[in-house]
Amino acid sequence: MTISVTASDIATASIPGAVKARRARVSAAGLRAACDRVRAEGGRLIALWGCDDTDLGAGYVLNVALLDRDGLLCLGLPLPAEHPHYPSIADLFPAAIRMQRSAYDLLGLHAQGSPDSRKWLRHGAWPGGVFPLRKNVPIDAAFEPAPDHYPFVRVEGEGVHEIPVGPVHAGTIEPGHFRFSIVGEAVLRLEQRLGYKHKGIEKRAEGMSLEHCARLAGRVSGDSTVAYAWAYAQAVESLAGVRVPARALWLRAIALELERVHNHLGDLGYLGNDVALAFGFFQFWRLKELVLRLNASIFGHRYLMDYIVPGGVARDLPLEAPGKLAELAAALEAELRTLRGVYDEHAGAQDRFIGAGRVAPELAQRLGLTGMAGRASGLACDLRVDHPIAPYDQLDVRMATHDRGDVAARVAVRFDEVFESLRLVGAMLGQAVAGAVNVPLPVAPAHGFGVGMVEGWRGEVLVALETGAGGNVRRLHPHDPSWQNWPLLERAVIDNIVPDFPLINKSFNLSYSAQDL
Amino acid sequence: MYTLLKQIATVGIVSEPPPEADEALRVTRSRLDDAILKQFGRSLAIRHVDAGSCNGCELEIHMAQAAHYNLEGLGIRFVASPRHADMLLVTGPVSRHMAVALRRTYDATPDPKLVVAIGDCGCCGGIFGESYASCGRVSNVIPVDVAVPGCPPAPVAIMQGILTAIARPRR
Repeated sequence: MTISVTASDIATASIPGAVKARRARVSAAGLRAACDRVRAEGGRLIALWGCDDTDLGAGYVLNVALLDRDGLLCLGLPLPAEHPHYPSIADLFPAAIRMQRSAYDLLGLHAQGSPDSRKWLRHGAWPGGVFPLRKNVPIDAAFEPAPDHYPFVRVEGEGVHEIPVGPVHAGTIEPGHFRFSIVGEAVLRLEQRLGYKHKGIEKRAEGMSLEHCARLAGRVSGDSTVAYAWAYAQAVESLAGVRVPARALWLRAIALELERVHNHLGDLGYLGNDVALAFGFFQFWRLKELVLRLNASIFGHRYLMDYIVPGGVARDLPLEAPGKLAELAAALEAELRTLRGVYDEHAGAQDRFIGAGRVAPELAQRLGLTGMAGRASGLACDLRVDHPIAPYDQLDVRMATHDRGDVAARVAVRFDEVFESLRLVGAMLGQAVAGAVNVPLPVAPAHGFGVGMVEGWRGEVLVALETGAGGNVRRLHPHDPSWQNWPLLERAVIDNIVPDFPLINKSFNLSYSAQDL
Repeated sequence: MYTLLKQIATVGIVSEPPPEADEALRVTRSRLDDAILKQFGRSLAIRHVDAGSCNGCELEIHMAQAAHYNLEGLGIRFVASPRHADMLLVTGPVSRHMAVALRRTYDATPDPKLVVAIGDCGCCGGIFGESYASCGRVSNVIPVDVAVPGCPPAPVAIMQGILTAIARPRR
């Protein structure tokens, strides 16, 4: 391990593995100073989560993952076992607010000075004062279901009224609650209430073997299973000191780009459907099905679940796969050019897309919008470009950006990204790497720490992992970019009309499951 | 407009024949009599409820409505309210935070009604199981007629589950 001293005088140790990362223990003042420095230099907050070490005779730890020019910086702030508290960082990174509220709900870590200390992930499944991720709460603890009182912010004034929507929505989507305050048709305010899908993923992971937990990590968000499985595998490999064969990395990247393609195709179809252009739904979903069928035939699963495993990938491609992939990529590219022309020239669709759900670049920057939605609001951030892991360091990824930040911009970025992913798949097929596709996992060290991070189709997916005494999972924290982007959706709909909400929502298509955990 | 019409004409019809019902998917004996099932079989309205899934099953439910599978071509459509529905299509282990909403949705669905649980989680709790946060399988919360395993089940399997629920079992 190397010890280096950064600008804020924190001694950091590098974390081995595919992702360029370092970690440090900090004081409360040191945490705030580091956050302030990273923010001032244009860096970002990636994730915030807690750990309970009271069973080891210690207290709690608050973890904060930041991204700066040098890569990932994981800060750990030790907290006392009695009344664990830390200074809020929400004034520096507003995206921290919901993560801090969740760290309280799950572990009882109190963020002092937070602008919002309402509960977030806790509804009625466990009572206040009980913290289910603490080691002294068993996973099967049963509590009397309690009513869920949540103080929504009320907008008052002449003609203002509320529309409560969800958790069961009108369409086939995930559950969540949206409280609209409106005048006439215009939205004055939207308040989200998420956490309906909280199913105890982090607690479930505790005690799992590293191999078995890969299946769980791949089901944090089904539409991003490749991104999660890869980030999880990186975390295991970082912790266990595994070097993954080059061919496995090449196959992982092809899988990740196919995941980006099928998700963008699906959303582009629904964006047409949501503006009464059913043609879009049927055309894009037909193309998506072609991708899924090829996935099933060459990777063994339509969504590539459980394909990426710690140590490599589950199996090599069949001989005919490269030819089939290249053929499909070429066919998709040609059809997508036609379909993009149809969308671009369709006056009715463009009338709904342009100007709807705008997140101005300045607001996006200040509140920490990220990933694909960030790129559509002028934030040129893409891990594949800024901090490329192999094989992206050999691929010269062209980042798609737009500066208008509206639905039309997110449509444009998605089109650009599909074309780029198809180009990348082609480029990877052209420089086929030979060799093994996985290596056996050694026995993992006790009390190890590993981290992984990849640019999924929504944005950066992070997985942090700690092992316990026996080398099994002690703490798993998967983090989705939806945490950062949900609050911006509240801002994007202001002054839009209620009927445009489904369209605006779909243009982001954020994950509920990966946020609720 | 010309390009749009040309694309429709060029692509043509890609829909494939629907699957047959599969009695093995049935969890309980059909609770509805033949006369009702005959009506459902001609026009079935489904309300989907995600009770805590990873969102994988939802992707395949969407796909069942797309061109290759053409669920709507069988007279089966998704509706926006449980009050308009004959069947609930439920995914996920039921999170404790969704249990009340799922029960209310079930109660709001007029009798006679059917419930199809989708996916390994809906069938048995899946990898998430039962915990302080999860009630596990759908049938732990509301009655289930047909359960479709898979992670996620393919569109054809989902259609097969729906068709099994409305098939008139041989008696």
